[in-house]
Amino acid sequence: MVKVLKTKIEIEGRVHEEVVVIDGELPAPWDSKAELTIVGQPVPRVDGAERVTGQARYTSDIQLPGLLHARILRSPHPHARIKYVDISAAEALPGVRAVICRDSTAPIKWHRSSFVFDSTLRYVGDEIAAVAADSLEIASDALRLIKVEYEVLPHITDEQHANDEASPPVWVDEPRNVIGGEPEVYKRGDVDKAFKDADFVVQATFRTPTALHNCLETHGSVAQWEGDNLTIWDSTQHIFGVRQRVAERLGLALNKVRVIKHYMGGGFGSKNGAGKYTVIAALLARKAGRPVKLMLNRMEENLVTGNRDSTVQHIAGAVKKDGTLLALKLVCYANSGAYGGGGMPIAGPVQEMYRCANVYTESWSLYTNLGRDSAFRAPGFVEGNFALESLMDMMAEKVKLDPLEFRKKNYAERAPKDNLPYSSKGLRQAYERGADIIGWHSRAWADRPAVDPKNPDIRRGYGMASQVWGGGGGPPAHAIIKVNADGTADVITGTQDIGTGTKTVLSQVAAEAMGFRFEDVRVHVGDTSLGVYAPLSAGSMTVPSMSPAVQMAALDVHKQLLAIAAEVLEVKSARLELKGSVISQGKGKKSITVKELIGGLSDYMVVGQGLRGPNDNSYAINTFGCQFAEVEVDTATGQVRVLRLVAIHESGRVINPMTITSQLYGGVTQGMGYGLMEHRVVDHRSGIVLNPNLTDYKIPTALDVPLEIVGEMIDLPDTIATTTGAKGIGEPPIVPTAPAIANAIYDACGVRVFQAPISPDVLLDALQRRDQPMVVEQPAAAELAPVSQKEE
Amino acid sequence: MPSNLPAGHSRRTITMTVNDEQHTVYVEPRRTLLDALREDLGLTGAKKVCDLGQCGACTVIKGNRAIYSCLTLAVECAGQSIQTIEGLAQADPAPGSQLRLHAIQQAFIECDAYQCGYCTPGQIMAIKALLEHNPNPTLDEVKMGVSGNLCRCGAYPNIFRAALRAAELLRTAG
Ligand code: FES
Ligand code: FES
Repeated sequence: MVKVLKTKIEIEGRVHEEVVVIDGELPAPWDSKAELTIVGQPVPRVDGAERVTGQARYTSDIQLPGLLHARILRSPHPHARIKYVDISAAEALPGVRAVICRDSTAPIKWHRSSFVFDSTLRYVGDEIAAVAADSLEIASDALRLIKVEYEVLPHITDEQHANDEASPPVWVDEPRNVIGGEPEVYKRGDVDKAFKDADFVVQATFRTPTALHNCLETHGSVAQWEGDNLTIWDSTQHIFGVRQRVAERLGLALNKVRVIKHYMGGGFGSKNGAGKYTVIAALLARKAGRPVKLMLNRMEENLVTGNRDSTVQHIAGAVKKDGTLLALKLVCYANSGAYGGGGMPIAGPVQEMYRCANVYTESWSLYTNLGRDSAFRAPGFVEGNFALESLMDMMAEKVKLDPLEFRKKNYAERAPKDNLPYSSKGLRQAYERGADIIGWHSRAWADRPAVDPKNPDIRRGYGMASQVWGGGGGPPAHAIIKVNADGTADVITGTQDIGTGTKTVLSQVAAEAMGFRFEDVRVHVGDTSLGVYAPLSAGSMTVPSMSPAVQMAALDVHKQLLAIAAEVLEVKSARLELKGSVISQGKGKKSITVKELIGGLSDYMVVGQGLRGPNDNSYAINTFGCQFAEVEVDTATGQVRVLRLVAIHESGRVINPMTITSQLYGGVTQGMGYGLMEHRVVDHRSGIVLNPNLTDYKIPTALDVPLEIVGEMIDLPDTIATTTGAKGIGEPPIVPTAPAIANAIYDACGVRVFQAPISPDVLLDALQRRDQPMVVEQPAAAELAPVSQKEE
Repeated sequence: MPSNLPAGHSRRTITMTVNDEQHTVYVEPRRTLLDALREDLGLTGAKKVCDLGQCGACTVIKGNRAIYSCLTLAVECAGQSIQTIEGLAQADPAPGSQLRLHAIQQAFIECDAYQCGYCTPGQIMAIKALLEHNPNPTLDEVKMGVSGNLCRCGAYPNIFRAALRAAELLRTAG
């Protein structure tokens, strides 16, 4: 019987409603007593050999007969109008096969009122024209032959002034550069009263940087037309999303567009949909009559493919003497760039992390003449958690509590935002485990002596921070399984493996639920023509969305095989069991392998189907974790070395301890980069990004990472969240790293740094000013805490 | 005015040894070794990440040294011997049998020393060059050996483990 339901799902910190059609029987959940033999094992990746031999074909590696290479001409100005573009000289260059610009293509709508090739250029990097040629070198030559005349317009790149009356609007219909015209406001309780009643009020202003994903594989597409049919290889986290957008923009039916992505060199949220480059590759390929590859270069990758918004956050907390958190208030401004969507959930941690009855948040997203914001591994929460978790330590100090005790005292037993029970929450266990490993309770406290009496500049300190995030996934998500005549199975779904180990984990789930040997299962992903619908691989939702769908398809196969075996063996199917690819009636009785059974049925193919059921909206579904850092600070140079970083997270059941640990390492490493080194630098006068490359924009190298990273999961099957008990882990481990390090730096040298990244110059500057009273900047727009007289 | 020159005007014929086989390519002098390998020889294992000598994803071995192939022109490699990731594993001629992976490759799989895998060919070639010079490296030497190879997925701890494990495998294999 088919049922049509509505269910809420969370994607990247935002809640949406989805329609879900249920057809068939949803799996009984694998609870903590379920006897699982493949799920839970540290199985090495099923596609390891491809990855280590260079055989894995990434989008950038696709080669086709007649393939052309494309490049895009981009705006050198942060804000300008195009007077004219002349492409004739470029078209005349031998080896050039197609040139397109605003005048040579029908206008294709893009963001707001703009077009793929627009007459107004809104940041350095905006698209002007594109060339496809026999080689990349010739395409680059051709770009230099395109003549453009600009009318340069005034620009604004600094988010602190974007909202000023005098600042030029990035979009004419948004004169104050505020996305949506106003801030997003959230309230609960009576914040003003709580601030009056508090024993202490602590407030501060935090600044966080624009961080660039810098996926090692740049964004890009390969487009090939065969008649009206378009095939696109795209380095994307969402093949179905790319198909949808390209079909829509080019006026094609969905079944005329096929999108393929087998391997991808990193996405981290920046590859959640089609880019202009995708559409441009398709347009060039159509014009040239040949396939076109358009991979962005590193500079473009840094300028145009999205970023984590920089923020200014004014935050205040009200607390009672005994450590009870009474109120939190946050007013934040985010730099969304010219084409950003804004609305990153920066206030998420303030709203959701701790038990706190009175909360007010006000989030401004501002347009500027810069590259757009986009999701970046736990968007909003990484920014917001830096401020909140720093403030938590400041408040703990005020009430003279250990930072961990203070957090435990304000532990949320129910989800504070919706007042719902949690489907599961293993944060308390994570706190205990992390504290044990790092030696939190036995550590020496403040004013500890220098590590080395001969070098009094070197100081050590400990810090910690917590994390909350969604990651429960949801429908729609589908999978099918085909059983071949030799007893092997193909699991097919339109999800993608973005490097997280999706194929491996789904192979484990399928083998477990079917009762097959692991090696008899192969998972196919990344092709819209062959796979069934799956959501984007973002929001930590791949495993919690896909694993139940695969589990259901596998159980369908399991049931069908038993029914067939019952017929063939002439017994009741209830007496049969299928394990390790063998169907038996119990010990010592007659058994038959799946291969023998299916092999005896000519070419009959068992096909199983599965889908992801609805979420239980009477629960809050979240993931939790905490991280502890031990750092060494050289107070003479401002250098910080992270000696140990202990990351303990709870994200439901662990399907593969090996790949999940790699995720923890990855999150911690990026979180450390965010906290200590990553920072896009903009010259506001010229509107130019000064470090769009991998030398000047610093990402952690082998020599920068913590000397020791301990990553562990609290393995807690969450059967309310999903029938496999698993939740997502992609994003959580990046969330607490930077504030844990910042808190450790404070512990080490007594200096609170109010901005990330805490690079040596920033820390030296803060050390320089340590003896001066802290100056807290008040936001102009909002009086944060009207009770500042309570500050000592 | 180079822009007025016809395409391929100044192309040269270059012969080099790649993975123990002689190859001849016909390329412009400005073509990098990386592009020659990827575009002209179809060896796409080495990756183009920055094309500026900043990341190590294009690492191959020239002679007996790990180099950034994006910083080397193809014309500079005439008569030289180049090893790429594609030359590391040995295909077993028996039908149905599997690729025989190099110890470093095995160790990468065993240690899950990657996520997206895009930096992996470069990391492996850097480690290969390291182990050829220093079969028994310390952890710090391993870190130095791959310090020119960025991994945005942050697989570093496992890359270090894999390098040490590979060294052990190679030593015990004699
Ligand atoms: S591509 Fe050669 S070093 Fe980055
Ligand atoms: S594995 Fe993705 S960059 Fe290293």
